[in-house]
Amino acid sequence: MEYSNYIALIPLLPLAGFVLLGLFGKKTFAKSAGIVGTLFLFISTILAFYTAYQYFFVNGKVNGVYQPVTALQYTWLQFSLGMSIDMGALLDPASVMMLVVVTFVSLMVHVFSLGYMKGEERFATYYAFLGLFTFSMLGLVLSTNIFQIYIFWELVGVSSFLLIGFYYDRPAAVAAAKKAFIVTRFADLGFLIGILILAFYSGTLDFGTMIQRITGTNSPVLAQMTGYGVVGIPVLSWALTLVFIGGAGKSAMFPLHIWLPDAMEGPTPVSALIHAATMVVAGVYLVARLYPIYLIDVSVLKLITWVGAISAFLAAIIACTQTDIKRVLAYSTISQIGYMLFALGVPAYGEAVNTGYTASLFHLFTHAFFKSLLFLGAGAVIHFIHTNEMGNMGGLRKFMPITHATFLIACLAIAGIPPLAGFFSKEEILITAWQSNKLIYYIALITSGITAFYMFRLYFSIFYNKTSTHSDHHGEGNLNMKLPLLVLAAAAIVVGFIPFTHFVAANGKGEEITISASFSIAPIAMALAGISLAFVLYFNENDQPQKLATAIGGLYRAIRQKFYFDELYLFITKKIIFNGIAKPAAWFDKNIVDGFMNKLGWATTGISERIKALQSGSIQSYTLYFFGGIIALAAVFIYLWT
Amino acid sequence: MSIPLTHILFVSTALFFIGTYGLFTRRNLITMLMSIELILNSVNINFVAFNKYLYPDKLNGVFFSLFIITVAAAEAAVAIAIIINLYRNHRSIDVEDVKEMKN
Repeated sequence: MEYSNYIALIPLLPLAGFVLLGLFGKKTFAKSAGIVGTLFLFISTILAFYTAYQYFFVNGKVNGVYQPVTALQYTWLQFSLGMSIDMGALLDPASVMMLVVVTFVSLMVHVFSLGYMKGEERFATYYAFLGLFTFSMLGLVLSTNIFQIYIFWELVGVSSFLLIGFYYDRPAAVAAAKKAFIVTRFADLGFLIGILILAFYSGTLDFGTMIQRITGTNSPVLAQMTGYGVVGIPVLSWALTLVFIGGAGKSAMFPLHIWLPDAMEGPTPVSALIHAATMVVAGVYLVARLYPIYLIDVSVLKLITWVGAISAFLAAIIACTQTDIKRVLAYSTISQIGYMLFALGVPAYGEAVNTGYTASLFHLFTHAFFKSLLFLGAGAVIHFIHTNEMGNMGGLRKFMPITHATFLIACLAIAGIPPLAGFFSKEEILITAWQSNKLIYYIALITSGITAFYMFRLYFSIFYNKTSTHSDHHGEGNLNMKLPLLVLAAAAIVVGFIPFTHFVAANGKGEEITISASFSIAPIAMALAGISLAFVLYFNENDQPQKLATAIGGLYRAIRQKFYFDELYLFITKKIIFNGIAKPAAWFDKNIVDGFMNKLGWATTGISERIKALQSGSIQSYTLYFFGGIIALAAVFIYLWT
Repeated sequence: MSIPLTHILFVSTALFFIGTYGLFTRRNLITMLMSIELILNSVNINFVAFNKYLYPDKLNGVFFSLFIITVAAAEAAVAIAIIINLYRNHRSIDVEDVKEMKN
């Protein structure tokens, strides 16, 4: 079958679900909304897997290289010859991989939500929003055109906003939704300007053509973009940095990470889908999409590397002090995305290292499975115990054996214990870093130890620590909730063995990444050390953690308060921007712009008040005016107009 | 001997200003209507006089007067109908009482 026959169905089926449930959900599908939404997505998922099979194993490879295939292309808005906004579907290893990840995780979340969101008042609306999100995300990964990706980029932003604010009667959820939207919108401004610069110089919006024109040998476009600079920085670097700012905002990278932890106010399955597996990695995907252009500009890649590494490290530290289990996972997500980003950037330091792309996307792939598993596990725990606070948990392993087992698998996977998925992808990232920049490697190594520590702190606090005071009143949850956990756990075990390097690589051919056993010793040792430390501190209830926290005092408080980033932003916005810019602007608007219009209005009414008296209704005064007028006219025509 | 044109114009001007004066000072609608008729008749006299004295071989002025008489008759019919209706509603044909019609 040709791709073009069915590829459009993959994103459009969830959209159909959204429209159907959005319009008729309240009445017709009040109970069956979940089944309907899941069914649509199920078909989508099958098609996505079929596409992946076709692409990777049947006809994607031409002469040993995976060729990008434009399966669909509709010109939507034509500006000039060669410059148009298109809607289409581009298949290449990265997008096909994302297709599988998005549909699969989304399906798992749909199924899980059948149990988790059961009895919710806005059940149908929830599934409609999930459909909208899945549609937008699939549209995003399939984009052929940088403007198409921007449109879908905003669409995932808005569906994320809707889902974070799903419990709109909670002020915290409303504030979180607003924060997420504003922070990512702010970053997207950079993205838009970046797009415009790239399009202006290369004269096209199409990915393939743009990359070709900029990276071609002796490319005049490249010469133009590097030759002209603003503030001493070439235009190319500006454009790529601005595009990256958009990506960093969506991927919650330092210092735009502040929205992601708050976004945990949304329903937990949503966090698993949007804020762990799919939307937040859009930034990584964006950089990967434009990777050939990024490779030209080493300075921007270095920036990406450091942003990624700092995010990975800081977020991991903050995760150690949080007590809300979803926030721990949120910071862990930031940290893992940091890994992906510096893996993309770090080849800038090495001469012949081009494994970063593969390593990064491999980690994106494996991370999607074990992180959504962690979130769904956390969702099951929250469903059981009705709180997010770690302090109220403990000893739950007896009540939730399946959740316990799958959560343990996911924790081991993210900690990088072989043979689970996280181990393989993390090793690839570490070896890329080792070959390029030792400093980054050591940061990554330490971070992986911290990762193991905070994940097992979470694990022990939920399932061990103290004996539970809860009674097993409603069980672990029904099959709808257990099944996705089991499937994802199986995925977290096996996906590491997929020879990912053969399928997804920057050059399309595949990379050989050889990791010697001796290299793996250090990361595994770090992970085990982290786990052991967590074991000592949190396996049994004791006062060691408290003592440790008081011992480092101020530092602990600073970390606990997330390094005061929120306070810093509040200071900048409330004190500086509001007082310095917004207030004068508001004054100007009120007194000059509005003032002028108001004065105009008042003047009109004033004059009307005065001349209203003329219209007295007395016929004789009218006749008087009339004759007066005639006499005046007569005078004019007789004496003046001669 | 004949009457010079100016005499006739004096008459018509006098008639016109009598009519105007009546229109301004009377409060009774019927009287005001009569004043308007006076004004129209002064115009008629003008037309006929000018026709007779200046262009004796043409009939334009006479035709105009005929038209004005016709229109004045129609106008009187409409005006009196309005006045009768007004009287039915207000029990008065004083022009001061019609002020509310401005709205």
